[in-house]
Amino acid sequence: MGQITLKDITKSFDDTQVIPPLNLDIKDGEFVVFVGPSGCGKSTLLRLIAGLEDVSSGDIVIDGNDATHAAPSERGLAMVFQSYALYPHMSVRKNIAFPLKMAGLDKDKIDEKVSGAAEVLNLTDYLERRPGQLSGGQRQRVAIGRAIVREPAAFLFDEPLSNLDAALRVNMRSEIIDLHHQLKTTMVYVTHDQVEAMTMADKIVVLNAGVIEQVGSPLELYHSPKSRFVAGFIGSPKMNFIPGTANNDAAFEIGVRPEHLLVVTEGGEFRGKVASAEHLGSDTFVRVDVPGVGEVNARVNGDIDVNYGDEVGLQINGPVYRFDEDGLAI
Amino acid sequence: MARQQTISNKLVWTVLAWILGATIFFPILWTVLTSFKTEAQAISIPPVMFDFDWTFENYETVQERSNYSRHFWNSVVISVGSTLLGLLIAVPAAWAMAFVPGKRTKDVLMWMLSTKMMPAVGVMIPIYLMVQSAGLLDSKTALVIIMMLVNLPIIIWMLYTYFKEIPGDILEAARMDGASLKNEIIYVLTPMAVPGIASTMLLNVILAWNEAFWTLNLTAAKAAPLTAFIASYSSPEGLFYAKLSAASTMAIAPILIMGWFSQKQLVRGLTFGAVK
Ligand SMILES: Nc1ncnc2c1ncn2[C@@H]1O[C@H](COP(=O)(O)OP(=O)(O)O)[C@@H](O)[C@H]1O
Ligand SMILES: [Mg+2]
Repeated sequence: MGQITLKDITKSFDDTQVIPPLNLDIKDGEFVVFVGPSGCGKSTLLRLIAGLEDVSSGDIVIDGNDATHAAPSERGLAMVFQSYALYPHMSVRKNIAFPLKMAGLDKDKIDEKVSGAAEVLNLTDYLERRPGQLSGGQRQRVAIGRAIVREPAAFLFDEPLSNLDAALRVNMRSEIIDLHHQLKTTMVYVTHDQVEAMTMADKIVVLNAGVIEQVGSPLELYHSPKSRFVAGFIGSPKMNFIPGTANNDAAFEIGVRPEHLLVVTEGGEFRGKVASAEHLGSDTFVRVDVPGVGEVNARVNGDIDVNYGDEVGLQINGPVYRFDEDGLAI
Repeated sequence: MARQQTISNKLVWTVLAWILGATIFFPILWTVLTSFKTEAQAISIPPVMFDFDWTFENYETVQERSNYSRHFWNSVVISVGSTLLGLLIAVPAAWAMAFVPGKRTKDVLMWMLSTKMMPAVGVMIPIYLMVQSAGLLDSKTALVIIMMLVNLPIIIWMLYTYFKEIPGDILEAARMDGASLKNEIIYVLTPMAVPGIASTMLLNVILAWNEAFWTLNLTAAKAAPLTAFIASYSSPEGLFYAKLSAASTMAIAPILIMGWFSQKQLVRGLTFGAVK
């Protein structure tokens, strides 16, 4: 079981409130991603769930039990840190065995579980090495191994992939997704990378300055963002924001995703000169300098023949999002 | 071109380092050489370097005239005792400052260091009087306590910088892994801190061993360590350079040997945090 409820929790450091009153329900078995820009309070929120920080007010309920004041070790949660936080003086085997040793399991049982985890994570050949003798990806696997042997109620990940290079990051991402399918254990995953959030999550929690902007599935957030912030954060390349007046719209501002614009030679809602055209083969990213509006990005098919300096039109070919002065969706 | 420059650069630095090293080492070498000369050769002008009649007579005289082993034992008790006592106080202090810092932690650290900037003579009289009224003049107890207090700021600072280097994440990971505070300290903190504690200990044994101001001023005969043993050959009987050198050599030999065998640990300790 791994059902976590946050009720009106707040967190202040000295006089600064980092998390204003916040409510959240995480269902058993769910893969929840906290996403938001750096400094928005993602790690703090995760650490509150872990028990590494105390809430300033509010309650945390784990599997029906009040865990607000429980020590980290009593919450039955496992955490994977951005820095891996492996024990440098212990072998890989001892690192993975540590939580089991703390739980007082006997030696045979520990050996069995460590071997099992090592096999799942391809670490069997490295069990006698120290963390210092491993690559970044292997260290990450050890950290995950240390988390899974305990069979926790939920896994907490704090930007676990951000120290890895791009190629490895994509690999580890799918490994973690596979692991979730296998174990079906609740996972709470923190990242600032919206691509990671979109590809991994069942449910995304978008945070902005400690406040939950929106909670929803990746596609819900993509199709019906509740605010300009969510609209701009989810989706790549980013949504274009254009003053309403530029399109004869009563809204303060309108938003159009780059993939919902067509580049045309005649007509179109906006016209301007091509500032850059990136031909990727599969897609072409076109940046158009529209007088009175600014730069507008479009993502169009790969074979289009547009080049720097061409005079083109942009035609809206999809939904238009409308926002008021406060950045709320209308 | 650039490569050549770095090579000649390296050469210049190497030569400079060797000159500096030799300059620092020369007095020690000279002392050791002089201890094997006769008194006449020791003060002969021009001085002789190696070309003299090697003799052990200085060592024999020194052995006959004073009790080396008692001084040696006093030095061991004072340096090791004060270091252990210091660690007992400094380890919890440094833990607290490194892992649960308060608003004033930095100020406390600076204040402790500032006490080292005061010349020892400045507090000579009050401390002498305090030791006297406690009836502890010429006792090892007094010196263990005074040496501990003198070096405590350094011990705390060294341990603090060590503990600071232990990533908080690792301690938190242990907590998440179900370790109690006791197990966290036994299985995670201490093994990672042992190299730091060891080099702090080594350095402070050396500092206390070589300390001369308090050891000379607060002891007479019973508790006098090797520093007093050397000093006894300097003034009262006129200058006997060869015997003084023999006494010095005997006094510094133990610590030099210890330092030689633990130099790796010491260098690591002193540069810890500076080079990663
Ligand atoms: N221990 C702390 N003391 C004071 N301020 C903190 C502490 N931890 C985090 N903060 C502040 O809380 C805010 C959120 O931090 P954090 O949760 O680490 O953000 P994120 O993980 O989203 O990048 C930041 O402004 C940060 O400076
Ligand atoms: Mg963070």
